[in-house]
Amino acid sequence: MFKYYGKYAPYLFLLPAGIVLLIFFFIPFFQTFILSFYDYSSSIYHPSFAGLENYIKLFQSPIFYKVLWNTFLYLFIAVPVLAIFPLFVAILINQKIRGITLYKILIYFPVIVSIVVAAIAFKWLYADQGILNYLVTACGFKAIGWLTDPNWALYSVIWVTIWKGIGYYMIIYLAALMSVPKELYEACDIDGADFLTKHLTVTIPHIMPTIALVTTISAISAMKVFAEIYVMTKGGPLNSSKTIVYYIYERAFENLDLGYASAMAVVLLVIVMIFSLINIFCFEKNKYQI
Amino acid sequence: MKGLKLKNLYIHIILTAVSLLSIFPFIWLISTSLKGPAENIFAYPPAIIPEDFTWANYIGVWHKVDFIGYFINSMIVAGGTVLLNLILSAMAGYPLARMEFKGKKIAFFSILATIMIPFQAIMLPVYLITLKLHLVDSVNNFAGFIGLIMPFAVSAFGIFLMRQAFLGIPREMEEAAIVDGCSVWQVFTKVLIPMVKPSLAVLAIFTFIGSWGEFLWPSIVLTKESMYTLPVGVNNLQGMFSSNWRFIAAGSILATIPIVIFFLAMQRYFISGENEGAVKG
Repeated sequence: MFKYYGKYAPYLFLLPAGIVLLIFFFIPFFQTFILSFYDYSSSIYHPSFAGLENYIKLFQSPIFYKVLWNTFLYLFIAVPVLAIFPLFVAILINQKIRGITLYKILIYFPVIVSIVVAAIAFKWLYADQGILNYLVTACGFKAIGWLTDPNWALYSVIWVTIWKGIGYYMIIYLAALMSVPKELYEACDIDGADFLTKHLTVTIPHIMPTIALVTTISAISAMKVFAEIYVMTKGGPLNSSKTIVYYIYERAFENLDLGYASAMAVVLLVIVMIFSLINIFCFEKNKYQI
Repeated sequence: MKGLKLKNLYIHIILTAVSLLSIFPFIWLISTSLKGPAENIFAYPPAIIPEDFTWANYIGVWHKVDFIGYFINSMIVAGGTVLLNLILSAMAGYPLARMEFKGKKIAFFSILATIMIPFQAIMLPVYLITLKLHLVDSVNNFAGFIGLIMPFAVSAFGIFLMRQAFLGIPREMEEAAIVDGCSVWQVFTKVLIPMVKPSLAVLAIFTFIGSWGEFLWPSIVLTKESMYTLPVGVNNLQGMFSSNWRFIAAGSILATIPIVIFFLAMQRYFISGENEGAVKG
C-alpha cells in the first residue's frame, strides 16, 4: 500500500496518549524506585537519602511479613475458587434451559455494583447481631465475630472479593465454552457419558487456556484489593486483614512515610509484573502481536 | 426425556441458589432500608419483609446527604474519563495498526509495559505529580476534576482494543479516500472512526463502569465534601450515621440506582460474552 501519510503523522497521533502515559505511568514508575531510597519519616518536605534503609526496615518488620502472608492467603483462597466455581456456573448456564438471561443478569449484578456498596452490604450481613450470626446460632453454634475476630476477619473479606468476581469470570468462561465444538458433546452422548465425564474429558481440556487466563487475572486483581478492606476492617483487628495495597495506603497517607511505603510498592510492582509477564507471554500472546 | 427434565430441574435449583447468593446482600440491605423505628433491625429471626414499612429512611438520608451533587461529580469524572479514553485510544491505536514509522516497536512495547504496572504500586508518585501540577480540589473544582480524570485518561487496554479494530478494516477504504483527496486526519475522522464505532462503544461502556466505581484514587486526592464522587460519598455515610444502619442502607441503595439502570440498559454488552476481549485485568 502506498504511504499516504506524512513523516510526522504517526508521532502526532501518538503524542496525546504518549504525554499522559509519560506523566502518569512512566515517570511515576521510575519515581517509585527513587522514593524508596529516601527517608520521609523525619520530614515530609525535606526527605534525606537513605540508601537501602527502607528496605532493611521493611524486611525486619514483622507487620510486613504478616501483610505479605495475608496477601498470599488472599491469592491461595480467592484464585482457585474464582478459577473453578465460575466455570461450573458457566457450564450450567450454557445448557439449553429457560431463563438464562435472567440468571446471567442476577449473577453478574455484583460485578457492576460499586465495591463500596458491596462492602457495606456485607458489613451489615457480618454484623455481630446480624443475619449471618442468626443462621450460625440457629444451627447451634456460637456467634462468630466475622469482622472483629482476628481468626475470621481476613476470610470474611476474601469472601466479598470472591462473591464480586463470580459473574465476571463466568462471562469469560461462557465465551470460551461457545468455542467448544458441539460434535464432541454429541459423540459423548452417543457413548453414553454422564454429565461429569463429558465435561472432564471435553470441556476442561478445551478451555484450559481460558482457565489459565482467569487464574492469572484473578491473581493480579487479588494482589490489588483495597476498597473491601478499607470499608470493612481498615486492616484490623490486629493487622489480621491487612494486605499489601492497604498497608501502602496506610503508611503513605496516614503515617506520611512515603519512602517506606514506596519500598513496599516496589515489592508489589515486582510481584504483579511477574504475574503479568506470565499472562502476556503465555495466554494473551496473540492479542499483543506487533 | 424424563431424565433430561430431571437434569434441567437440578440446573434450575443450582442456578437459582447462585443467583440468590449474588443478590441476597442487596435484598437484605433494601429490607433494612425500609424498616421503621418501631421495628428491631437486629430481631431474631430476621424479617425480610419489613413489618413497620416506611420510606422515611430514604427521605431522611436524601435531606442530609447531597446525592445529586455526588451524582453530578461522578458523571463529570466518568464522562470526562470516557471521552478522553475514546479520543486518545483511537488516535494512538491508528498509527500502531496502519502506519510504518521509526520507533514503532518501542512505542508498542512501552504501551504494552504499562499493562504490567498496577496503579496501586505507583499511586504515591502519581499523587505527588498531581499535587505539583496543582490538579487538586484545594486549587479549584475544575483542577480537582482534571486531577481525578488524568491518571485514567488512557489505558493500554483501550489502545490495543482500538488497534485491533483498525486492523480489521480493509485497506481499500483508506486508499479510496486518499484518491478522493482526503488528508490523513480526514481519513481518520471521516472514514476510519465511523467503522470502529462498535469497539468505541465497548471501550466507552467498560471505561464508564470502571471510572464510576473507582474508589482508591478519589479517596486519596479529594479534600472537599462537595467534590465527592458516589463511592466516596457512600463510604462517608458510615462516618455520618455511625450505627444508624437504616440510613446507611437507604443511602447505599440510592447511590446504586444509577448504575443499575445503566447496567440493565446496556446488559447485552456485559453478559453476551461477545466482548470477552474487553476484560480488564
